[in-house]
Amino acid sequence: MTARELWAGNIAIAEGALAAGVDFYAGYPITPSSEIMEHLARALPKRGGVFFQAEDEIAAIFSLIGASWAGARAMTATSGPGFSLMQEGLGIAIMTETPLVVVDVMRLGPGTGQASRAGQGDLMQARWGRHGDQHLVVLAPATAQDCFDLTVLAVNTAEKLRVPVVILSDELIAHTWEPVKLKEQEERWERPRPRSQEPPFGADHPARIPPMPPLGKGFDVSVTGSTHDAWGVRATSDPKIHRQLVERLGQKILAHRVEFTVYEAHGVEEAEVGIVAFGSAARSALAAQHLLAQQGIRAGVVVLKTLWPLPEEPMEELARRVQALLVPELNLGQLRLDVERLAAGRCPVIGLSKVGGGLPIYPSEIAAKVQEVVR
Amino acid sequence: MPVKTKPMPELVRGAAHPMEKYLRTERLPHIWCSGCGLGTALSSFLYAVDDLKLDPDKVAVVSGIGCTGRIAGYVRMDTYHTTHGRAIPFATGLKLAKPELKVVVYSGDGDLFAIGGNHFIHAARRNMDLTVLCVNNFNYGMTGGQVGPTTPVGARTTTTPFGNFEHTFNLVHLAASAGATYVARWTVLDGRRLKEGIKEALTHKGFTFVEIVAPCPTNYGRRNRIGEGLDELRFYRENTVIRHGTDPKAAPLEPGKPIVVGKFVDIQKPTHLDLYETKAAEVRK
Repeated sequence: MTARELWAGNIAIAEGALAAGVDFYAGYPITPSSEIMEHLARALPKRGGVFFQAEDEIAAIFSLIGASWAGARAMTATSGPGFSLMQEGLGIAIMTETPLVVVDVMRLGPGTGQASRAGQGDLMQARWGRHGDQHLVVLAPATAQDCFDLTVLAVNTAEKLRVPVVILSDELIAHTWEPVKLKEQEERWERPRPRSQEPPFGADHPARIPPMPPLGKGFDVSVTGSTHDAWGVRATSDPKIHRQLVERLGQKILAHRVEFTVYEAHGVEEAEVGIVAFGSAARSALAAQHLLAQQGIRAGVVVLKTLWPLPEEPMEELARRVQALLVPELNLGQLRLDVERLAAGRCPVIGLSKVGGGLPIYPSEIAAKVQEVVR
Repeated sequence: MPVKTKPMPELVRGAAHPMEKYLRTERLPHIWCSGCGLGTALSSFLYAVDDLKLDPDKVAVVSGIGCTGRIAGYVRMDTYHTTHGRAIPFATGLKLAKPELKVVVYSGDGDLFAIGGNHFIHAARRNMDLTVLCVNNFNYGMTGGQVGPTTPVGARTTTTPFGNFEHTFNLVHLAASAGATYVARWTVLDGRRLKEGIKEALTHKGFTFVEIVAPCPTNYGRRNRIGEGLDELRFYRENTVIRHGTDPKAAPLEPGKPIVVGKFVDIQKPTHLDLYETKAAEVRK
């Protein structure tokens, strides 16, 4: 039996978190993400979970890190300015291999920008916002269904890989109400636990995730955000230990990427022109595909739902087939840089940027741009 | 359980310290300077744990960054060396998700009251069930002796080469005003009283705070004509007065005035967890 609900993206994220077994939420109010926190403020105490409104976003993410080490499945949600404050915590979560999920419902920046107006300008920040070499996983929903499904995937991936996962939503997705289909039971991936004396921060193979010791059980866990060896002993001058650690932190994600890589390819086989997009821009891209078909133009659309590590294959394949690739996005050209890199000169890559006022990229704008290119 | 062992360096080999069972001895010698107050501060805490017969498996120690921040790394319990200023929010998450643990934050004045000041006042306001132990050495030791929120007016530091002109925090007054339900101050000269104070803080329900006044001969003492660590301890002996129950507002640490130590606040108030659980039970009905 499957149930159907009518939810806005933000509600679907909150419900996805509950379905994924999130039992610790901490956050700080910020639009356009607030509904996620408000929904969980009601739901979690009823189910024996913890809801905590922190004094700022820094406290929110650090309480997540503490809760995660205490065994909780932990999540927070925020928007641009709060996401900036959380970068410090994301960095230490990466370094200490702490599972947690951060939802960034994007609005327009920089600074306080245009609060609560849709944007997609945090893509590069989600990937590279911290100091140092580091990797995490970034997912991006385009529908309310995605909001639910990708939140479950985010929590599971964070736990299984011991890595923070970022969900990049945007204001248009957050506040669009759509039907969401529910499964009876969601799959649950658990974090690896040690059987006995196993190093909590080291592995002999890049694909192996070191087990995360539980608290209060005599493991004498020693956790540090400084460079450390397999047992968590600080090693702040050894070049080999540092290199091994930061490489492994990236390799473990790449080794498991197939488990969390999600994208859709529509009409790619016959395409003469390609469109690559994520989030709300992807919805317009799919609508534009229909407009173009009416005019006899075959556009192939790749909707990216995993943004990092980027699914490279579908875009490389598309670049081989088409005359040009169009990248519509609600920023001044962030995803375009990656598409250019992957197209590697096989075809021209054309950006379609729109920022300001929270306006979506309209399908007609994308269609017009494609017509310009094909002509 | 998982313990990496390596032979102890010659320097510290010898008779075992009675509290060695609580230390990751393979990480010794520690990094603290000769004359530093942190050794006494740490051993007072370990004696307190020992006296209270706390199960060390059920105690978690969380530190921020700085000289005091290194305490976490030496203690053989579940320990967390977090980032600068964030020990309290980290500890908050730990406590909320696992209330049966005794969660201790051990960090320095700069970590807890400059970069981490906002977290401190809010944890105190919520009466979060944490014990916060703050070693106040009046400057940033680890980074080379810069001015901090507790540096006395007039003191020379590497960033106040002409003398500090900023007003300072009175930590016990701040803690009490923000809502801490147990507040005490001791110097590291009073090892036993400090231990008793930490024991009280560890057994008191709610947000408890102990300020531990300690010398930093390398960075603070040297630049302020205080001399070596022993000279500062002598200064404590000659200038410390015990005044239990004093209004903490009337006990600032000011040059030329005695160091007032003792227990200033000891009250009962429902903790954050108590209140959360009560509310959650209501809505579950």
